[in-house]
Amino acid sequence: MATPGEGAPGRTAPEHPSGDRRFEALDAALRRHRGRPDALLEILHAAQEVFGHLADDVLVYVGRSLKLPLSRVYGVATFYNLFRLAPAGEHTCTVCLGTACYVRGAGEIFTGIRRAYAVGAGETTPDGKITLAVARCVGNCGSAPVVAFDRDYRADQTTEGVLAHLREWSGP
Amino acid sequence: MTGEELRGIVETERARRKAVTHRVAVCSAAGCLALGAEDAKAAFERAVAGSGLSGEVEVHGTGCLGLCHAGPMAEIHSREAGHVCVHRYDRVTDDLAQRIVEDHISRGEPVAGRAVPEDHPFFAKQTRVVLAGSGEADPERIETCVGTGAYGALLRAVTEMTPQEVVAEVSASGLRGRGGAGYPTGLKWATVAKAPGPRKIVVCNADEGDPGAFMDRRVLEGDPHRVLEGMAIAGYAVGAERGYVYVRGEHPLAIQRLRRAIHQGERLGVLGNRVLDTGFDFRIDLRIGAGAYVCGEETALIASIEGGRGTPHPRPPYPAEAGLWGLPTLINNVETFANVPAIMTKGAAWFAGIGSARSKGTKVFALAGDVVHNGIVEVPMGITLREIVFGIGGGIRNGRRLKAAQTGGPSGGCIPASHLDLPIDYESLLAVGSMMGSGGLVVMDDTTCMVDVARFFMEFCREESCGKCVPCRAGTVQMYAILDRITRGEGVPEDLARLEELSELLRSASLCGLGQGAPSPVLSTLRHFRDEYLAHVLDRRCPAGACAMAPAVRPAEAT
Repeated sequence: MATPGEGAPGRTAPEHPSGDRRFEALDAALRRHRGRPDALLEILHAAQEVFGHLADDVLVYVGRSLKLPLSRVYGVATFYNLFRLAPAGEHTCTVCLGTACYVRGAGEIFTGIRRAYAVGAGETTPDGKITLAVARCVGNCGSAPVVAFDRDYRADQTTEGVLAHLREWSGP
Repeated sequence: MTGEELRGIVETERARRKAVTHRVAVCSAAGCLALGAEDAKAAFERAVAGSGLSGEVEVHGTGCLGLCHAGPMAEIHSREAGHVCVHRYDRVTDDLAQRIVEDHISRGEPVAGRAVPEDHPFFAKQTRVVLAGSGEADPERIETCVGTGAYGALLRAVTEMTPQEVVAEVSASGLRGRGGAGYPTGLKWATVAKAPGPRKIVVCNADEGDPGAFMDRRVLEGDPHRVLEGMAIAGYAVGAERGYVYVRGEHPLAIQRLRRAIHQGERLGVLGNRVLDTGFDFRIDLRIGAGAYVCGEETALIASIEGGRGTPHPRPPYPAEAGLWGLPTLINNVETFANVPAIMTKGAAWFAGIGSARSKGTKVFALAGDVVHNGIVEVPMGITLREIVFGIGGGIRNGRRLKAAQTGGPSGGCIPASHLDLPIDYESLLAVGSMMGSGGLVVMDDTTCMVDVARFFMEFCREESCGKCVPCRAGTVQMYAILDRITRGEGVPEDLARLEELSELLRSASLCGLGQGAPSPVLSTLRHFRDEYLAHVLDRRCPAGACAMAPAVRPAEAT
């Protein structure tokens, strides 16, 4: 049950030593998986859920807690597309580039956004307002092309419609 | 939970359903939810309560009902003179739900012009085995699933059959792996069953990553218990006490439903310790992927469950001998497991009676692209492409012409319209340079450029290559560069031979299926649509008008 490196086992104090209470939620996940190294992906999922992204200090903390070298933790965190090492923007626009969406015009929508905001896949606008993300099939192929505005999935999108929606986020 | 108690639940549930005259099953799969199924269900509940019919009408959520682009979908099951009639409605709004309750349920008159015709080809030509629970079971309530037969096959297996008999039954059915390669399932089970060692593992590969494929996700969302039951039967057959479902992180609803289903199954005693009050233990855990396509490859999937980077390793040893943590491991796809309960209940002979000579049973396809009716379809193996695209799918949108159908995702190929009468089974698809794959079927009309499609898939493989072996890591980059050049109008005739040469290299020298399969879309389009490539490199012209070609400088020179 111990979480090596930080704190004492079975500690019930309300505050994490670092003063950041979000670590308590991460500790709960570590306890649930009994600190097993093979739970690394599960723990990284939990950490991203809590912190929004995986900053260096979080990776160090996870590595120590699971008794894994940082190289291994960093290697795994960078291998998988869903893990984010930098914070996302205020809003995220996700363009599905699955086959069905692509043949129905998602490629043009993606290019349109990239040109309008000068951001690539996974990048955030300099003002921190919009992150452009790409999904490889969100499984709503019947509604292709699909674009998600934060978690709101919209069917049958066009470049103009998407850009109009993004202007509401970015301002004129 | 004893067998007696399980049968008790079945009786209770049947009696409960007999007590109502109508049942409204609202699709609660992700596609319909995105189109407002939650509101539609609430509207039905309000309308039923408002009409004072609460005692006579049951409203519940259910698995995917099919026509995903026309959601939310709902089925009305009415009991009349001893038999049940089913009517379907699409695009259910608050207003339509109200009218269905007033006209259809209260007065017995289907809403004029809105009920989907009973002989609608989308539904009439399907055979439902894997999706049999759609319209019947509520994925969030295990009792309704038990009431429609869930865990009955497991009960029979663990109380009346030896593990050897279970393996023999699956072998006799002719079931082959639904993940795409079509390896005989019974043979795989027998290998793991014979592997020495006291501990074995069952893994369900739910890392459905092919772009354009969403069948497994729908099965997990709509009927998770069917898959869990199949896994438990497999565990009994091969002698495993632990199971893992490795599910794609991009499928939040499937994850949520699976988690709940496992919890409910353990609570009821059909999973976990002492399954159905026998000496058989079977615990299932979830593992959530994190967005790496290569993890659909079985050795990479194992590395990922162990908490590492999802990189594959050479086979042999096969997972059946040394898989997860070095233990003998049975890995099957979602749809493969979902077929097992029906085989155990209805028998191998019944299953082998469906389908074609060497491909038995049904296949679930995610029908999408430029086709009129989009959605999830389940058809007997051996059906022709024409029947799927023009029968079930209703033909091509906007009156355009069919150009090709893509199956097998990034490892598959494009089947040209001239092969419309090809029977869909494992061997026929391989013969034309494609493959069954997991079940994505993307229909493309004549505005689609096949070179661009090849470029699209190569870009996907380039992004998803794990980087462990050089042929795949470097080869996909080179092939993409050539294809990109051709679609920009800067290709040269020699590029075609270079593509073929690189294809051969990737195919023969890559470590896993991702690299070995990556050239398939290129080779299949070169084979069936070579004239399009030639138009790009010789005439600097995209016949489909899809590629933004470099300005045709001095057209005289190009010829």
